[in-house]
Amino acid sequence: MTERLAMYIDTSKCMACRGCQVACKQWNDRQGYVPGVRETHNVGTYENPLKLDPQTWTRIKFIEYDDGERFQWLFMKEGCMHCTNAACADVCPTGALKYGPYGIITFERELCNGCGYCSQFCPFHIPQLEVINRLTGEAKSSKCVFCQDRTTNGLKPACVKTCPAGALDWGDRDEMIAKAEARVEVLKNERGFPKANVYGKTQLGGLGRIYVLTAPPEVYGLPADPKYPAISTLWQKIVQPVGQAVFGATILGLVAAFFVARRNVHMEEVE
Amino acid sequence: MTNHWVDIKNADVIMLNGSNAAENHPASMYWIHKAREERKAQLLVVDPRLTRSAAKADLYVPIRSGTDIAFYGGMIKYILDNELYHKEYVLHYTNAANLIHPDFKGPEDLDGLFSGFADDDGDGFGTYKDRSTWSYQTDAEGKALRDETLQDPQCVFQIMKRHYARYDLDTVSAITGCPKDKLEAAYKLYASTGAPDKVGTILYAMGQTQHTVGSQNVRILAMIQLLLGNIGRPGGGVNALRGESNVQGSTDQGLLAHLLPGYLPVPTSADPDLQTYIDNKTKPGGPWSGGYWTNGPKFITSLLKAWWGEHATADNGFAYEYLPKVESAANHYWIALFEAMYAGKIKGAWIMGQNPAVAGPNARLERKALQQLDWLVIQELFQTETVAFWRAPGVNPAEVKTEVFVLPAADAMEKEGSVVTSGRLIQWRPKVAEAPGEALPDHDILDRICRKLKELYQADAGPFADPILRLTWDYGGGPTHPVVGELVDITKVAREMNGYALEDLVDDKGTVLAKKGDLLSGFARLTADGKTACGCWVFSGYYYPMPDGEGNTLPAAKRRGQKDPSGLGLFPYWGFSWPANRRIVYNRCSADPSGKPWPDGRDLIWWDPNADSGTKDAEGKPILGKWVGYDVPDFVVTKAPDAPGGKDPFIMRTDGKGGLFAAMNEGPLPTHYEPVESPVGNLLYPNRPVNPVIKIWKTDEGQEVGNNWGAPDKFPIVATTYRVVEHWQAGGMSRWLEWLAEAQPDMFVEMSEELAKEKGIQNGEMVKVSSARGTIKAVAIVTKRFKPFQVNGKTVHQVGMPWHFGWGGGEGEEYEALAKGDAANDLTPHVGDANTMIPEYKAFLVNVEKA
Repeated sequence: MTERLAMYIDTSKCMACRGCQVACKQWNDRQGYVPGVRETHNVGTYENPLKLDPQTWTRIKFIEYDDGERFQWLFMKEGCMHCTNAACADVCPTGALKYGPYGIITFERELCNGCGYCSQFCPFHIPQLEVINRLTGEAKSSKCVFCQDRTTNGLKPACVKTCPAGALDWGDRDEMIAKAEARVEVLKNERGFPKANVYGKTQLGGLGRIYVLTAPPEVYGLPADPKYPAISTLWQKIVQPVGQAVFGATILGLVAAFFVARRNVHMEEVE
Repeated sequence: MTNHWVDIKNADVIMLNGSNAAENHPASMYWIHKAREERKAQLLVVDPRLTRSAAKADLYVPIRSGTDIAFYGGMIKYILDNELYHKEYVLHYTNAANLIHPDFKGPEDLDGLFSGFADDDGDGFGTYKDRSTWSYQTDAEGKALRDETLQDPQCVFQIMKRHYARYDLDTVSAITGCPKDKLEAAYKLYASTGAPDKVGTILYAMGQTQHTVGSQNVRILAMIQLLLGNIGRPGGGVNALRGESNVQGSTDQGLLAHLLPGYLPVPTSADPDLQTYIDNKTKPGGPWSGGYWTNGPKFITSLLKAWWGEHATADNGFAYEYLPKVESAANHYWIALFEAMYAGKIKGAWIMGQNPAVAGPNARLERKALQQLDWLVIQELFQTETVAFWRAPGVNPAEVKTEVFVLPAADAMEKEGSVVTSGRLIQWRPKVAEAPGEALPDHDILDRICRKLKELYQADAGPFADPILRLTWDYGGGPTHPVVGELVDITKVAREMNGYALEDLVDDKGTVLAKKGDLLSGFARLTADGKTACGCWVFSGYYYPMPDGEGNTLPAAKRRGQKDPSGLGLFPYWGFSWPANRRIVYNRCSADPSGKPWPDGRDLIWWDPNADSGTKDAEGKPILGKWVGYDVPDFVVTKAPDAPGGKDPFIMRTDGKGGLFAAMNEGPLPTHYEPVESPVGNLLYPNRPVNPVIKIWKTDEGQEVGNNWGAPDKFPIVATTYRVVEHWQAGGMSRWLEWLAEAQPDMFVEMSEELAKEKGIQNGEMVKVSSARGTIKAVAIVTKRFKPFQVNGKTVHQVGMPWHFGWGGGEGEEYEALAKGDAANDLTPHVGDANTMIPEYKAFLVNVEKA
């Protein structure tokens, strides 16, 4: 078992400069505004893009939150949580999504067949499908991979590297947790945030993102107690092994047909 | 900045005002957070709108745009009333004790004016030509009289007390619209830095300056810092967060209309020759009559020698006659230039790195002014709206006679040279990418133009060709460009700015200080007799070989030594901080009057009575006593605290004292006046609603495009403009970048939920914003971050807009803007500050309607 690394995200220091959002796109070669193809528009908020998508692996959510005691303009960096118990990796039939080194849920685009299970089973709705061929409906999943090309070579993820506020950090998960817990104490005792909390320490066996929050997780759209989807266990523990053992290679054609059917259903949601 | 970026970490309280540092200077937040983590510092943000900076504040204080002097005047009153000022500092280091002329009268006596006001035409605006009553009372020797008990009614301290007596919490709240409890909390927090062991820093930006009282807005910050003893100390200072990466360097190099390089005043028609130029400044009471500016003659002479070399001799006043003389520098500032252009008085213009079609105030008027030109040269990276002003929406290109030439310029990353940060830190940067095609660095474009000019003058000299023909211009020998050939060797420019000896420099003991041709170690080597050349005296020494603390010696600005012996983040071996590699200016103030550091644990410099001063007495014994420490002392290093002037730390002022009372065009003390367009009158001085010494242009008033002024009946809403982190200035460099355009794609206007409800506006819908000068469309962002202000019993709404957007000049071009929208500056007024003429972009009147 290699060391578990994690990303520390201190929302109390984040100033929403979105350097992370842009650095991610630059390092990972993701698109931004493409006229007529990928346009964003201001719909009454600074937030853009309005959700994660295959070209946007991380982004900042902007939330105006008034709990009656204090008004806060909250900024939260969103992206793949790299769960200890990662439904996406468990259900991925092709091994495109895998438990990689350092707790990174890695992604190999070439192996992805676009079934869309990762997208459906993720409790945070992170992986999204991208149609890469409109004629055949062929699609690919994608999501943040903690810049595995950087982090497996001793570098920090691009977003962490660029953060000018010092809101992001990268390192040993236990150290990131300790840092977050210490920061929460400061926020509670010195900065007037009684509801400050650490998110990611225990959820789904422990997340690869350790958040320092100044408001309850739900305010940020984070489920306080995200559930590992039961059906993904069924899929992982029974359907896949049985399929491999009993039907062998012949089943693959059927499974593939099933995927196509599933994908077509799923595509309607995506598009 | 009097201090520097890293130094923010040393502050106990950080006040951001008129600055949205998180968005416009994101890197500053690293140091702000560090101060908060390591020193438990508090962050106070004063802004009409809850910005991304305010979102991080310990205390956020909303004030209506244009009411800063009321807010800070109230702070001064709070500090004085509660005796929270730094007593020893104020007494010794400022002019608080100085007695002012007995005939001096202030706004409380003269209904909003100071003594000496002259309004020749009775239009309500005028000037203070006669400033004699603003002077100090002096003894027979001309020395200022002081009352160190601070009790004399004519001393500055008492005058200031009376001046701000009416700026109480109720009045300030009624003017600013800020609730009293927030005002008091802010005053209490910031005034806590008046304790001798506490230091507070003020970080300000264009929210402070872009007002018709912008200079006074900044001055009142300096006064507060003097009262609280926060200038010249680590963690303190009055710190301008400059708007562009090298705008500090541009200012240092004389970019402004009233300055030559190194902050030497531009010659006026009152200075026909060098001796008069010097005499006008060194005469009693003149700006060079005392303090370090007494060296001014050395600086101007060395500048002239740098420019005209052997042709500048003592006999011809060092070729001073070659310098142009202006009637008044104020005629050459932005607004005045565009007014002159609009009036057809300017034939051609050469614009470098500016996008006035979008960025200028009353931009419709300024775009029309561009149409009056015969020719326009633009040095640019992209097809901005200014490059394409002749095909702006609503403009028929056939009717525009202006001939436009575009000179493709290289980006900052595509050239080598020095860049100066807001903290005066000069850092040499290498070129990291080749410029595309024929794009050249600005200095190469200028070099080629100048050489061509010389060639043309050589062929056909005509009258007064000498300034061009004799100009020292020998910067060649740089790299070879594949298309245009030999380029400038930028190190030759660096050498000129650093300064060099034209003859051997020898001291009175015969020691050679510098050989002919040597680079100078600093401006102390400059002479007024023509033996030295220096293109910018404040830079002197910046290219001189200096150690980097790690065993290497290299041109100072190229150093990257990372030692920080003080732990204060001075990093003295990294680059070069002008002047003289001094990291914190006025640092004599970091020690108490006796020369010991204040008891705040941030020791910077101090007087060591046992240190060898390096000089010897008549008997040849070493004289002991010297200023020592971690920074370069901003003081005569051998001047003891008990010597005459040993407690006068502000060496750039003639009397060495910090100016609580100091002359500006509006008077010697900042006074609250409303913006030119305001929803309310001046509560303090009803007969003086606005700054009485500004200039109001009335060009084409009443026309569709013109200098039109809005009143609250039609335009009841206060508006302000600003930048967002996703875009850069007028957007030329950022709006075509797909990642940035995606993040902030459209022009928007932010407003309160209350205003939106009143106007029936839904969040995210397109609305019309109009002022007396134009109408634009923008997406409404309805937010809790803007709240209506209660101004003297009246509800006043405020909205805000980014000024980054424009229609996108490069239609069909490779770098066509992706993020497009209407320009906020179509709404802003053509009026500026009375000292600097910076436009009032931050407070004007609009109306908002559903589109």
